[in-house]
Amino acid sequence: METVLLNLGPQHPSTHGVLRLVVELEGERVVNVEPVIGYLHRGFEKICENRRYIQITPLTDKLDYVASMSNNMAYVKAVEELLDLHPPQRAEFIRVIVLELQRIASHLLALGSIGNDLGMPFTLMMYTFREREKILDLFESLSGARLGYNYITIGGVMHDLPFGFPDHVLAFLKELDEKIEEYEDLIYENEIFIRRTEGVGVLKPNDAINLGATGPVLRGSGVKRDVRKEDPYSVYHMFDWKVVTGDKGDCLSRISVWIKEMKMSSEIVKQAIANLPAGNIREKVSRVIRPPEGETYSRIESPRGELGFHIVGDGSTNPYRLKIRSPAFCNLSVLPHIAKGVLIADLIAILGTLDPVFGEVDR
Amino acid sequence: MELFGVDIQALVSLLQNPFVRGIGGALGVVGVISIAVLILIWAERKFIARLQHRYGPNRAGKFGILQTLADGLKLFLKEDITPKNAEKITYTLAPILCFSLAMIPFVAIPIDRNIVVANLNAGILFIIAVASLSVIPVIMAGWAPNNKYNLIGGIRSAAMMISYEIPVGLAVIGVLVLSGSLSLIDIVEAQRRGWFIFPQFLGFMTFLIVSFMESARPPFDLPEAESEIVQGWTTEYSSVKFALLMFGEYTHAIFTSILIAILYLGGWLGIFFDSPLWLALKTLIIMLFLMWVRSSAVRVRIDQMINFGWKFLIPLALLNIVIAGVLRIVWV
Repeated sequence: METVLLNLGPQHPSTHGVLRLVVELEGERVVNVEPVIGYLHRGFEKICENRRYIQITPLTDKLDYVASMSNNMAYVKAVEELLDLHPPQRAEFIRVIVLELQRIASHLLALGSIGNDLGMPFTLMMYTFREREKILDLFESLSGARLGYNYITIGGVMHDLPFGFPDHVLAFLKELDEKIEEYEDLIYENEIFIRRTEGVGVLKPNDAINLGATGPVLRGSGVKRDVRKEDPYSVYHMFDWKVVTGDKGDCLSRISVWIKEMKMSSEIVKQAIANLPAGNIREKVSRVIRPPEGETYSRIESPRGELGFHIVGDGSTNPYRLKIRSPAFCNLSVLPHIAKGVLIADLIAILGTLDPVFGEVDR
Repeated sequence: MELFGVDIQALVSLLQNPFVRGIGGALGVVGVISIAVLILIWAERKFIARLQHRYGPNRAGKFGILQTLADGLKLFLKEDITPKNAEKITYTLAPILCFSLAMIPFVAIPIDRNIVVANLNAGILFIIAVASLSVIPVIMAGWAPNNKYNLIGGIRSAAMMISYEIPVGLAVIGVLVLSGSLSLIDIVEAQRRGWFIFPQFLGFMTFLIVSFMESARPPFDLPEAESEIVQGWTTEYSSVKFALLMFGEYTHAIFTSILIAILYLGGWLGIFFDSPLWLALKTLIIMLFLMWVRSSAVRVRIDQMINFGWKFLIPLALLNIVIAGVLRIVWV
């Protein structure tokens, strides 16, 4: 049978940004798919070489623009390791609170857009955005910004929590737990939703490890791996929580991992607020940072998976080289392997569950 | 009887003239349906918006009721682009055909015992025949612009059409068996003893599900699945042509709803009195159901849809015919 080459994107309603998929079609069946990236490449890593250490933090906001806090944290943690700097305990707790709230916000966005991808235009998305909006409001009260926060800085966090913040967070989490049940009804009780996602785009545990999948994609395949547990950073070791996994490795498992992780994040935030210590929020750091000569690779668990920053310092005010290991890129590279022989509709569903964010894929 | 110097009697007798009746009926149908579509699109957007926790159109006119009109006017002011490699004649013909084929079935639909443009004694056959034709402009629009998204949309539509036209025909047979007539007026009058939804529940379900496919509405909006194939068979259309295509598509939804109301819900028969208002109310309720499902179900995949049509709907409709036959012998 003759095949047809179809260009999906870079301007397409459900490529989650500027992704181009060169799809080889046999009727409706996908024979081959090749993602073409680079439409949002901003030369981020090179720009960093010409900026001072402290000037790079606001840049990281624009990497994974739906989870800016995580990027801030990943970069700041790398620099702190380079400087051998230990932020105060209160700062670490605040970091955990905002990071987990950010994870909830990011998963809500992913969950909402999977509804769009599967063809339930805006119902699920409007519901999840209702909750995400509240997290953005909380972050706005915290940092003044709704998208690029520049909140976590070298040595601690930018500002202390505003008055009443913990109470607002707790009230929100209580509401969220109820709303998550609504989402579960809309997803698990919907026969068509289950039929569209169950057994579609199966990623076997071994393949997931070999292809370098991380985050919810890896955990969706049943591999119990989370940087927060494997290589604990900040104060994650102080909380009682579990790594959640899916079982089948299909689209539904990955979606269920998002939902379970939101619940788990909510638990972590509750514990962090209950044990929030008093004290300083920032270690004294000089205005111009000159880390000693040396290099470091530091990683965190961003909502999308293992986000790593490799920084080489040459003793000057600017990094000599900065390399980002982006989870969205690694997850996207799984696509050609699991989207062979599926239908176009499934291809879109699989892409949606891989949850790529192109600010981070292209950098 | 005279009104403003015009003889009403003479005016009414003019309607006996087939030519005048044809022109008048066509204008009446297009006018009424156009206004109905304008209002229903607004209603749908508003209804779905409320289900989705947002306001919906609220700027143009009171409660945004003029929004559809504003959108329509906007489309008319847009540049009409014809793609370079398009098959020009087919490309232009498709929207016109789509619009007119969507309008034609309404001439045979009675809204009261005596109010119908064309009282055909095999009205249901005519309607189903014309409704099946409506896939042709979709295939034309899919093929003519030389765009792969359009093509996939058109082919999907054709594949769907084959798998839903058979169950819909079979479902209607049950009604015909019970009513013993092909005329829509007789079918409605036969329901004086009880609406056909009760003895023909399986047929009603089949017809209801098929009405989603027929009007290409979610969860069966495969020909224009926007998250997969951009806008499907309407991708390359702009301006007036796009407006006509959308208009034609939307008219199918009204058409199938009105047909369900006539075939299964007793048409204009109601409590205390018979009136076209009952028909309008029943149609509206079915429309609301279509809108409700649209906002709460995800799209079915093409292979699932075809399997569903052939392996589930056809056996269901066949079983329904058996039930209708048994009822005819036992009950009538």
